[in-house]
Formats: sequence, structure tokens, C-alpha cells
Amino acid sequence: MSDHKIIIGAIVNNQFGVLMRITELFTKRCYNIDSLEVGVTDDPAYSRMTIVATGDASVEEQIIKQLSKLHDVRHAAIIPTERASVREHMLIKLKVAPNTNAALTAMINARGAKVIDFSAETITAEVTGEVESNDGFIECAREFGILEICRAGAQALHRGTECL
Amino acid sequence: MHATTNTLGTSPRDDKTDAPIGASVDAQTEAQTGAQTGAQTEAQTGAQIIIRSLIAHGVDVVFGYPGGQVLDIYDELYQHADQIRHVITAHEQGAAHAADGYARATGKVGVVIATSGPGATNLVTGIATAHLDSIPLVAITGNVTTKLLGKDSFQETDIFGITIPVTKHNYIVKDIKALPHILAEAFAIAQSGRPGPVLIDVPRDVQTARCESAIVKPYTLHADTPPQEQDGLAQDSTSVVSKEALAKKAHAKEVLTKEALARAVELITASERPYIYCGGGVLSAAAGLEVAQFAEHIDAVIGCSIMGLTAIPASHPRNLGMTGMHGREASIRAQDSADLIIAIGARFSDRATGNKAHYIADKKFLHLDIDAAEIDKNVSTSASLIGDIAPLLQALTAKLQPTKRVAWQEEIAAIVLEANAEEAPDDALSASDGLSTADTFDAPLDTPLDAKSIIRAVRKRSADDTIIVTDVGQHQMWVAQNYSFENPRTFLTSGGLGTMGFGMGAAIGACLGSSLANNTAPRKTVLFTGDGSFGMNLNEMATAVSQSLPLVIIIMNNGVLGMVRQWQALFYDERYSSTTLDRTTDFVALARAFGAEGCRVESRAELDTALDTAFAASGPFVVDCAIEKDEQVFPMIPPGGTIDNMLLG
Repeated sequence: MSDHKIIIGAIVNNQFGVLMRITELFTKRCYNIDSLEVGVTDDPAYSRMTIVATGDASVEEQIIKQLSKLHDVRHAAIIPTERASVREHMLIKLKVAPNTNAALTAMINARGAKVIDFSAETITAEVTGEVESNDGFIECAREFGILEICRAGAQALHRGTECL
Repeated sequence: MHATTNTLGTSPRDDKTDAPIGASVDAQTEAQTGAQTGAQTEAQTGAQIIIRSLIAHGVDVVFGYPGGQVLDIYDELYQHADQIRHVITAHEQGAAHAADGYARATGKVGVVIATSGPGATNLVTGIATAHLDSIPLVAITGNVTTKLLGKDSFQETDIFGITIPVTKHNYIVKDIKALPHILAEAFAIAQSGRPGPVLIDVPRDVQTARCESAIVKPYTLHADTPPQEQDGLAQDSTSVVSKEALAKKAHAKEVLTKEALARAVELITASERPYIYCGGGVLSAAAGLEVAQFAEHIDAVIGCSIMGLTAIPASHPRNLGMTGMHGREASIRAQDSADLIIAIGARFSDRATGNKAHYIADKKFLHLDIDAAEIDKNVSTSASLIGDIAPLLQALTAKLQPTKRVAWQEEIAAIVLEANAEEAPDDALSASDGLSTADTFDAPLDTPLDAKSIIRAVRKRSADDTIIVTDVGQHQMWVAQNYSFENPRTFLTSGGLGTMGFGMGAAIGACLGSSLANNTAPRKTVLFTGDGSFGMNLNEMATAVSQSLPLVIIIMNNGVLGMVRQWQALFYDERYSSTTLDRTTDFVALARAFGAEGCRVESRAELDTALDTAFAASGPFVVDCAIEKDEQVFPMIPPGGTIDNMLLG
């Protein structure tokens, strides 16, 4: 069985220690977390997590079963990549000089990113896109000089009417 | 829910509801618990809520050790001493094992209390032991006040964080208003579904705070109704996320589908050589009888994991005994010949399967378990049924015609005959009954003392309901292999974690638990231990003496860490690194120092008298048995090995 990217959506109790329980489970069971993102839902009693991991089909099945056993996990399921809307949010602070300003601004605009802060020497861009697209942005930004980067981790919902 | 009954009734709840239920003070509960006032909204301290909740949950004894951050809980214990007994152990680890032994012996939830910091961390090995063997425990720890949390205060540890990996669930209670619900939920989680330990950490100011909340009645997380047969369930809901939908999903996990049942029936019907692999889950589910009847129905044989050993009587003609690394030869050979393994409440531990590739070759697997995560975790199954074992077996039996598998039974008879001849060549006569020869074979008096003779001699003096506890090592395997257990929950052993030092605490808890459960004076309880294991927690002799418990403590004393030595002998060219103890401990004098009695046995001839004295004693009695340091445990399938590598000694 071959390893692949696994996207997990989970509704969890919005409670002390939940994040620790989940990361501990991944540590204990030797599953790799590529990214983990969490935020409260419209119902403040619950948070929703998107966890991206790598593993084969049996790992995928075990992750869901083991997560489901946690008392604080209300529901956990795989969001198949082909049926997922996935986005990652990223803030990136870049060096800017008079001779690179125009090229940098053009790159940011061309990639649909947004300038949210600037100074005489820096531009901070907000980038939202698929994870691979954000990787591409980082590659393009290297020539200008990356000062800081902050990536939020993938967030995923099912496409269409399907919900977790 | 397993093995315990809910005497106070439940309100129907979904699997994981957090909203407080039964939130009204139950006047009846108050009356039953003897609370001093029946007022529904009397302000109670956190400590009062804890003790009254324990009483409401039918807790008759708690094990523990007082300390600075549990003073208020102990003050309440003092005031409720007529309703709930507290047993102080020598060390918190002993208390955790005692609560575990109590739970294993009775099927009820064991309760342990410890203070913050070292008190709490001393529980960890005991909690982990219970976790790996799926034993229901509630551990209550004190902690520094909420204001002092996180400041590296005196005796502060993050026991919540420390115990996440070794508990089924745990809590730190920072608001007294949550305390009544958390206590009830902890008991519910500990004993619902697959049982396990739950820890509740209660900062001291929460113990002293007052709150006008009521004791929450006992309830269970899973509906007590058996799984209902339903047509195939949709895998993915397309509805919006709502609490109702989530609740439905929680229940759906345990619904037996027609498709799953049909696949299981098909597998069994197609099988020519079915072998039931019976695990500890059968004991938790109190379903030994159902497993035996099911074996009869489909003409299968039964082998047990160490945890499942007492689920089926040793004398049952279909029970071939323990399987796995040190399993009985006939059981291992029958399993190897089988074409279908029906695992029931078992988890295919590495010690049970040995070399996985060989183990699964040419076999199909049907797995019945209450824990869905066990399915396909260690072994891929062809079919599985998830839920409470007895109703699952009833559903299966209803779909299957009674079948005779004559060729398989003939093959089994031949396997048993050959294995018994190899195991006890001096006693081939009793091999024909297909059972262990343990009860019938006596070594001549002039032969050196050996483990099997000791076990036989103890078995002769014990009743079928005598609880046998072990520590961990060679003595544990010898007992598992050779003691003929007849009644469920009479063999208490640390199967999963393999915790040396488990025995003394567990024996204390079991002895008290079985006597309280049967409303009798403390009943004779036997601990088999080794000089290594006993050395780990022999301080609990003090507890056994103070409680006047009639424990017969058999030390199989070979002066070495025998099991590790056996591995060094077999796999490390006899390089005995740190396993020769070179100790001169006089265990008889030690027993006397604790206020117990004891005697030393150096030959087979001395054994009977010594055991007669030990079994007649009213308090703890140590029988220090000198055995050969090179007596090994056989059969043995070397780690990662197969039946072809089986060592028979």
C-alpha cells in the first residue's frame, strides 16, 4: 500500500487540552502530521480541525478510528482530496528596494495576493490558495528576499452539498 | 455496558453528550448515600461532591495515600468512613494496582486517590497497566490551587498532560460546577464500551469551593440495548452538522449491519477448520458462556490470549488453552492449522501472533470486538462485527445451522494427543482428556522443587473461585500455562504492560474486592511472584498485614530475573548481564518484620506442609520456594518467530 496525502476533518469539543490529546494520539501511534489547523465553529461548543497527514490506506482508516475513540472528538472523517476544497492562508514579509518594488508588486498582484502592510524596506503580503500554489508563491518570492513567513495549515471542506 | 449493572437507572443519552444530564439532585440517591441532608440544593464542597458521588456510584472501597492537596477529600472520607472504606497502601503505585486488582476481580470500577506531584506520578505505572488491559479505573488526584497551577508550585505536576497517553479520558476540574457531572461521566467512560482508566485532577481550591449542585446519578454512555440489525448505513451524511446528526453517527458505529453479518456467516460456513481466539474482551463482556456455546454450535475449538484465559473453563473440552509466545502447544498447533480465526474481544498482540506474515498466511480472519479501532489494526480481517459480544454471538448463531466438522475434530484430537505426550511424557494417560495434566501429575518427592509442582500443589488447595494473581516473568507464564482456571476473573495478571510489581497491590485489591462483593470475610487469595517482581513492591506487605488479608504469597525464588535470563540464555549466548541478583534477602524474616508469617521451601518434600500452613494462616503468608535458576518456560516461540521455531524444552 502506498503513502498518500490524507485530509481529515474533525469536529471536536472546544475544550481545554483537546489539541494536546489529538497531537498526542498522532505521536503515540506514529502518524505524521503535515499540518493541523483548528478554529471554533459557529457553535462555540465545538471547534473544527483540518489535519493533513501522510500514510497508506490502513493508516488512514486507523487515524479515523482512533480519533473517533477520543471522548472529545465528536466526529472525524476523511475528506477525499478529489472532493475537497482546500485552502491555506499565509502571511509573508518580503524585502523591498526601490529597484525591486515594481516587480514585487506585480508578482503579488499576478498571484492574487494582497498587500496588507508595507514600510520603506518591507512588504507584507497575504496569500490564500491551495498549498501547492502557496509553495509556488514562496519560490517566486525568494529572489526578493523572504524575511518572515507564517503559514496557517490547510483548511478543507467537502465540495458541493456534502458536509462533514 | 459490561459486567456492572446500573442500579439507579439511566437516562437515555447519546454516545458523547456533554450537556449535564440527570442534573437534578436525586433525592433517592441522597437518601441511599446517607447524605446528611436531603435538601436538593444544599451547597456542598468539592470534596463532599467527590465522596458522595463515589458512594452514589456504589464504591465500597477506595485505595490511596493522603497528602497536602487531598486533605479535604480525606477529611470527607473520615466523615463517611461508615459508608466507604479507605485502604492506605505503602506507595501510590500499590494503590493503583490495588484498585486495578479490585476491578479485575469484581468487574466494578476500581477507585484510587493520590495527592499532587509525586503522589500523582506514582500512579502512572498502575494507570498504564490498567489502560493496556482495558480495566475500569477512576483515579482522583489533588493538585495545587488553580492560582498556583503553572507556577512550578510545591508538589505540582501536570498529571493531566502526563496521563493523556495512558487513560481512556482525563480531566482537570477548574470549576466546581462541572465536578458532579465529571465524576459521573468518568465512571460512565471507565466502564462503557471497552473499559479503561479515567483520571480526574482536582485542584485544592475546587475541593474546598462550595456549589449548590447535586450528585449526578450513575449512567452509561452506550445504550444498554443490544445492537439492532439494520440495512446498510450511509457512509457519509449529507446533512448539515448538527448535534442530532452527530449523535446518530455515534450510535451508527455500533449498529450491526445485515451485510456484515452475512459476510461473517459466509466465512464461517466456508470454513473447514475454525479456531476461536478468545481475548480479555470476553471477560469484560461476561460472555464466556456464549463463546463456548457458539464454539459448540459451529464445532470450533477455542484458544485464549493471556487476558482471555479464564473466560472459558480449562476443563471445557473445546478449550485448548493459552495461545501465543508461551502458549500451550496444542493451542498453537491448532491455531496454525486453522483456516479461519474468529477473534473475539482480542487484539492480535505481537505476543499472541508471533511472526505476523506467517501467522496470517493461508488464513481468514473474522473479528468481533466492541472497539472498532481494533478491527484491521494488527491483522486484516475478511469480516468484522462491532459491538457487545453476547448479542453479536446470538445474532451470528441465529443465522448459522449447527454444524459438525468431523475431520477438524479428528485433527484436533491428534494434535492434542501429540502435544500432551510431549508436554508430560510421564503422564500420557491423562492426555486423552485433551486437557492440561496439571491437576493429576505429581512429581516424586525426591525430585528438586520445580515451578509446575508448586502450581499443582497450590491448585489442589484452591477452590475454583480462588483468585490467583501473578507478577510478571517466568512464574507468570508457568501459572498461565499450568494452572487450570475454571471461573471467570480468577486469574489477574498484567498481560499488556507486563508490569513487574503489579502483584502485591493487585492481590490486596482482589482479596478485598471479592470479599466485599460476596459479603464475606476476606477470602484466601494467592499471589504467585518471583524474587525479582516481589522485590519491586514488597512494601505492600505492610498493607496486607494491616488489613489482615489472607494472602498466600508464593515466591518462585531462583535468585535471577528468570525471564530475561532465559532470553539471555537463548539469544545472547548466556551473557547474563545484570540478571543474577546476588541478593541475600531472607524473605521469611522479611515477612515476620512486616508482621506476617512465612516459611522457606527447598525441596518437593517440604512443599505440602508449607502450603498447608500457608493456606491455614489467617493473614498474609509468604512461601519462599527455592527453584532452579535455569528452569525455563516452554513452549516458547522466539520473538518474531513461527511455529516452526517453537522451542519445547
